[in-house]
Amino acid sequence: MIEFRQVTKRYDSDHTALRQVNFHLARGELAFLTGHSGAGKSTLLKLLMVMERPSAGEVVVGGQILNSLPRRQIPYIRRHIGVVFQNHQLLFDRTVFNNVAMPLEVMGATPRDVGRRVRAALDKVGLLNKEKMNPLQLSGGEQQRVGIARAVVNKPPLLLADEPTGNLDPKLSADIMNLFAQFSQVGVTVLIASHDLALINEMNRRTLTLDHGNLIAGGNPLQGGAGGR
Amino acid sequence: MAADPSPKPRKADAERGAKTSRSPWREQAESYFIHHRKVARDSAVRMWRTPVASLMTWTVMGVALALPVALLLLLASLQGVSAGWESSARVTAYMKMSASLEQTQALAGEIGGDGRVAELELIDRDRALAEFRASSGLDDALDYLEENPLPHTLLVTPEESARSADGVAALVTFIEGMEGVERVQVDLGWLQRLNAMTDLLARAVWALAILLAAAVVLVIGNTVRLSIESRRDEILVAKLVGGTDSFVRRPFLYTGAWFGLGGGAVALILLQLSLWWLSGPVERLAGLYRSDFSLNGLSFDGAFALIIVAMLLGWLGAWVAVKRHLDDIEPGEIAGG
Repeated sequence: MIEFRQVTKRYDSDHTALRQVNFHLARGELAFLTGHSGAGKSTLLKLLMVMERPSAGEVVVGGQILNSLPRRQIPYIRRHIGVVFQNHQLLFDRTVFNNVAMPLEVMGATPRDVGRRVRAALDKVGLLNKEKMNPLQLSGGEQQRVGIARAVVNKPPLLLADEPTGNLDPKLSADIMNLFAQFSQVGVTVLIASHDLALINEMNRRTLTLDHGNLIAGGNPLQGGAGGR
Repeated sequence: MAADPSPKPRKADAERGAKTSRSPWREQAESYFIHHRKVARDSAVRMWRTPVASLMTWTVMGVALALPVALLLLLASLQGVSAGWESSARVTAYMKMSASLEQTQALAGEIGGDGRVAELELIDRDRALAEFRASSGLDDALDYLEENPLPHTLLVTPEESARSADGVAALVTFIEGMEGVERVQVDLGWLQRLNAMTDLLARAVWALAILLAAAVVLVIGNTVRLSIESRRDEILVAKLVGGTDSFVRRPFLYTGAWFGLGGGAVALILLQLSLWWLSGPVERLAGLYRSDFSLNGLSFDGAFALIIVAMLLGWLGAWVAVKRHLDDIEPGEIAGG
């Protein structure tokens, strides 16, 4: 589903965010991406979302090499990638329902379709009864779940999460992680950037570790997608 | 490719897939249309939410549009007047002294048969002298003359279609070329001067109109730029979840068009008000000059065209702003370091 082939990202001559990173994530695999602050986690995610282009090497998502993707094609790639942010990036000028509906609206889904799929996504994260509320009225954990509902509402094959539990207490964090695990069980490839080592150890999944732009652990895909370090 | 955490909705999804595959194209077009309607309505609602700011933008636009339109209307009225005066343009052809009355009558027949001539009157030299004697008061002086110094004269009134300055000039050339004609006179000078003046005025008004249209585009562009700034988060999220550039642009283009609609409406109101305010004095003035001059307002078609042009200008302004500022907003900054 995801493949990095000798990917290097250099911002300028003295700042190299990623150095010859190689790894491969299979369909339905759930992996963590960890490393110290500034190790290149965000850069790696940005390369997947085509917010940045690699300086060298190839980034492949769903069989498509992103390097040479024309600018106008980028939106269509992003429709296949759900993203969850630490600060969830919800819009406070509209209801929970309309926040979750955004990915469907950009795709031009019919209102009937939108209604059904948004409710299915909200149901999945346990917020079906809050669809008419403003995200501001929700707790931090609920806001994050709205963000997840928005990321999965159009059923993307790839789900990226950037510090999704950064602001949450351990119980809520575990709930969120369980959600991600459920998605991976039905075939969604999930990559979670996090430095919550306790949580990562508890989940016992494959972990990609970055250190100063080098991938120092977890680079080789392991059978079954579990037990890596 | 699609993967759902729960198996149930998946089945429903498959059913839906079967249903939509019957006419996916039609469904697509329908949802596109629905989306446009929604965006148009949302943009309008947003404008209503800040009534004072919107009203000010409309007024700026309305004034900038009303000014050139008012001048164009004035110009059209003036041209109407000059057309009225042109209708009284008459061509006078003086025959050579040697030309006999018979010769002149033959010539009158020939000229009168021309398609551009509406009316022709022959004034023979005796009648001319009598009229001159009566009107000039030089009765005694004329008695000293041994013979009538006046030639036969033809008074030609051009046909409606030939009453432009060019048409009259062509007719003059035609008559001048006839045998036995000494001189053709037409008081075209003042007509040409008036035409030249209205032409100049028309150009000045159009130049002003273009400048003001550019100002309108810039005003709307700036307003839309502010609106883009205030909706930055929304644009970022839309781009993140796969919104195309045209999807992101659409609400702002509608906003520009709505600003145009409001501006056009304000311009119409301003025009009607000033027309109503000026019509009394103009009538009085025209009455003093015994002129049938009147200020004409916009016709229904004209008003419609004004609204359409205003909307296009608003749209164009929004497009400029969107082109300049929307591409700068890229979601790269969201993900942090």
